[in-house]
Amino acid sequence: MRYLPLSEADRSDMLEVIGAASVDDLFRDVPEEARLDGPIHDLPMHASEMAVERQLGAMAAKNMVAGQVPFFLGCGAYKHHVPASVDHLIQRGEFLTAYTPYQPEIAQGTLQVLFEFQTQVARLFGCEVANASMYDGSTACWEAIGMARRITRKTKAILSSGLHPHYVAVCRTMAKFTGDTLDLAEPELTAATGAERLIASIDGETSAVVVQYPDILGRITDLTPIAEAAHAKGALLIAVVTEPVALGLIKSPGEMGADIVVGEGQSIGVGLQFGGPYVGLFACREKHVRQMPGRLAGETVDAEGKRGFVLTLSTREQHIRREKATSNICTNSGLCALAFSIHLTLLGEKGLRTLAEINHARAVEVAGRLAAIPGVELVNDAFFNEFTVKLPVEARPAVHAMVEKGVLGGVSLERLYPDREALANGLVVAVTEVVSDEDIDALEAALKEVCK
Amino acid sequence: MSSVNQSGWKPTVPTAATSEGTTTTGNRALMLEEPLIFEIGDSETTGVDFEPSAPAPGHDRLAGLKRTNPIELPGLTEPETVRHYTRLSRQNYAIDLGLFPLGSCTMKHNPRLNEKMARLPGFADIHPLQPRETVQGALEVINQLAFWLIDLTGMHGVAMSPKAGAHGELCGLLCIRAALEARGDARQVVLVPESAHGTNPATAAFCGYRVENIPATAAGRVDLAALKARLGPDVAAVMITNPNTCGLFEPEMKAISDAVHAAGGFVYCDGANFNAIVGKVRPGDLGIDAMHINLHKTFSTPHGGGGPGSGPVVLSEALSPFGPLPYTARTQDGVIHLVEEEQAEDFARTHFGRPAQSFGRMVAFHGQMGMFTRALSYILSHGADGLAQVAEDSVLNANYVLRSLEDVLDAPFAGSGPCMHEAIFSDRGFAEGFSTIDVAKALIDEGFHPMTMYFPLVVHGAMLIEPTETESKASLDQFIVALRSIAERARAGDEALKAAPVHAPRRRLDETLAARKPVLTYQTPAPDGAEAGVGTEIGGR
Repeated sequence: MRYLPLSEADRSDMLEVIGAASVDDLFRDVPEEARLDGPIHDLPMHASEMAVERQLGAMAAKNMVAGQVPFFLGCGAYKHHVPASVDHLIQRGEFLTAYTPYQPEIAQGTLQVLFEFQTQVARLFGCEVANASMYDGSTACWEAIGMARRITRKTKAILSSGLHPHYVAVCRTMAKFTGDTLDLAEPELTAATGAERLIASIDGETSAVVVQYPDILGRITDLTPIAEAAHAKGALLIAVVTEPVALGLIKSPGEMGADIVVGEGQSIGVGLQFGGPYVGLFACREKHVRQMPGRLAGETVDAEGKRGFVLTLSTREQHIRREKATSNICTNSGLCALAFSIHLTLLGEKGLRTLAEINHARAVEVAGRLAAIPGVELVNDAFFNEFTVKLPVEARPAVHAMVEKGVLGGVSLERLYPDREALANGLVVAVTEVVSDEDIDALEAALKEVCK
Repeated sequence: MSSVNQSGWKPTVPTAATSEGTTTTGNRALMLEEPLIFEIGDSETTGVDFEPSAPAPGHDRLAGLKRTNPIELPGLTEPETVRHYTRLSRQNYAIDLGLFPLGSCTMKHNPRLNEKMARLPGFADIHPLQPRETVQGALEVINQLAFWLIDLTGMHGVAMSPKAGAHGELCGLLCIRAALEARGDARQVVLVPESAHGTNPATAAFCGYRVENIPATAAGRVDLAALKARLGPDVAAVMITNPNTCGLFEPEMKAISDAVHAAGGFVYCDGANFNAIVGKVRPGDLGIDAMHINLHKTFSTPHGGGGPGSGPVVLSEALSPFGPLPYTARTQDGVIHLVEEEQAEDFARTHFGRPAQSFGRMVAFHGQMGMFTRALSYILSHGADGLAQVAEDSVLNANYVLRSLEDVLDAPFAGSGPCMHEAIFSDRGFAEGFSTIDVAKALIDEGFHPMTMYFPLVVHGAMLIEPTETESKASLDQFIVALRSIAERARAGDEALKAAPVHAPRRRLDETLAARKPVLTYQTPAPDGAEAGVGTEIGGR
């Protein structure tokens, strides 16, 4: 077997050193009745690289590839062009096959990257500090709610109707067990984002208001009044960003008063990958850092006074605090954080701004073209690279009909809100720099056809 | 706009002359110092060219929310970027470079075939919300991997969405809690052995349970009598690691499970050490109700310097109905369904003849697809024979290390018999003032990653060594020679050990300073500052 270096001669030499007659002897603590008497059932014997490639290749070939068709899906995962050097660099064995940097003297590469990543995330979100990543945006979101509970010692979180329904679902699952109460609402197919409801719901029991920006329908709204209302009642504002490219063009949540900003970093450097692995982003005010979940890289010096980096403030974490830790998280999304950081370094502020401008200009163009189709209405007043249209027909069958024409035309709101009839005609369309003029023509033609 | 760093970077020149002597740049041949991106990049540089035909920004639809303040994100051109990260990568130790015997972490070779498979566009470039008919191949990967995980563990079902081991623990405990609540049973306590990973008590507390420790015997096993004495109507679950964190199999696992079940509780198994028994022992045969599998350990998906992981949880028949959404299921017509909230009720009634009882969703989308592809590639490559050989060779390698070093290092449990996939030693016998950290840091100078230090807590100055099955005998022999010599120096009280490492990119780092005065992000130096911003932050030293 190509991955196992020991030869039969090695094995018998080693058994002799050990003083065991056979490998079975080494398993003698395992009760006889628990040991399998032969190879596991069903599973075939070992296979060559070629055979495995053939099997997996056949499965891969059954999927419709985003990059090979006109593609307009978003809702929490976005297709952007990732420069070739990103994937090359993350595959360097020293990054790819390293463990968590527990021995900092021989992990400065990972640690410096994490320090740079934390700084990039903090600046992008307009916050003072950021951690070394979470699993994804949805888990970062409920960790933020827990953090707000610990800071405010209150348990009512108000979730905006524009928060991604999967994120809401994750929060609901956790709230059942943590004792938080969630004030929930579902969106309407309107340009208004429901900020008034949020503000009106804030009371003395509120730990946090959670607002997605841009929201699930692609709408953007000024967070400042929400932050002010929350702060007036002693609550925190948690902003959730699922499309960080937007922040190249629009104000950061931090500068509008958000106390904790979390997000999904997938759209920078990390591909679609059918939902994972992605990278959760988590930033906050410096004064709250000791309530933060997850790992933190920090700067220090070595015995010769040279600058270096270590994992720090670990007294918040499970391996030290055990049941009193701020979170149970251990492994995070290190390699995806690296990909995010490399892509953002390649872009720089100028590149990110240009990328965001292209996304927005393309989206404005597509929104105009789709809204001109008879019966199709644009829901949003404001948006970044994603918007919602109300079709004259149900959106879900329309999406399937567009697939028949080779177009992945958007996400139907029925997929996300299956029992909300009022949303059934809503289609969320994301437009990024990868969309070509021909793609737009194809979407327009397909949508015209299915709306007839 | 205010640039990130106009002045360019300054090499980090050692403040005191070293024994190696200094160079002007601070570099030492192949050991290259690398500044931060904030010191070499600036906001007006980019390494990305955009299509010249890209639409010009016209009338915006941003509702007056256009950004006016700079972000201060430095950019680098592509050659500078490649060099920055390549140089940084060379300051990392990695399994590609050498033995990485971190106990409980299973740092084994990461086959590159798996990387290639995960990057097939049919897996890497598909969106999680694509219509299901366009992603049947991806669902097939998830479903097939799920099938093999169930098969290898002898369990009844599997939850694929947890993102890492600790997330899997959470999933398992949420299943247990949901199952207890379904029978109106409000148990409050989770029992955890003293030797458990920190994630176990942290997870239990997170789910609202009170955590109580159970002691270990002198032989490093769970104290069955103490456990039985503590069981009662308030105990929801016992979390056991098997093989345990001392690298030992719990021979009374079945008796533990039976006792817990008899008391109405559930058995959670931390599967971090599944590598020792994969293909040889099925946890389902030991009475376990839930166990997470770290795909980034046993099934070799790369650890990436701290993640991503993937932590599917195999479940017993009693817990399977409570697993999270979404899940995949193949029906007789060959269609693979992705069962999300909307179909959960119908699907459960039609196909399982019961109402849906899932505790809900625990992540957006459906888990770590990229890791599933790699793990499936690994399982298919090894097959039934290869996986059993993995377990055997990992155990053989660990015992070889144990027996080759037990004369110079105290091996607290070696007298009771063989270990499983990892060997544990204590710092007993070292000269006064010498501890495990000195041995670990000296291993760095010898070109090895240190073992897990000071864990588990039940062994004084623990050194937990997990060589894994992908090390050759020659590699183990070299490691043994190095560790033997270091152990002898620690026993003799060789002061030079305290200075180690001296050949790494950095000497020992001041972790106390880092925690006392946290510097977690780069601070741009003041324009007139003669001193770098970071230097000012730590100037008090």
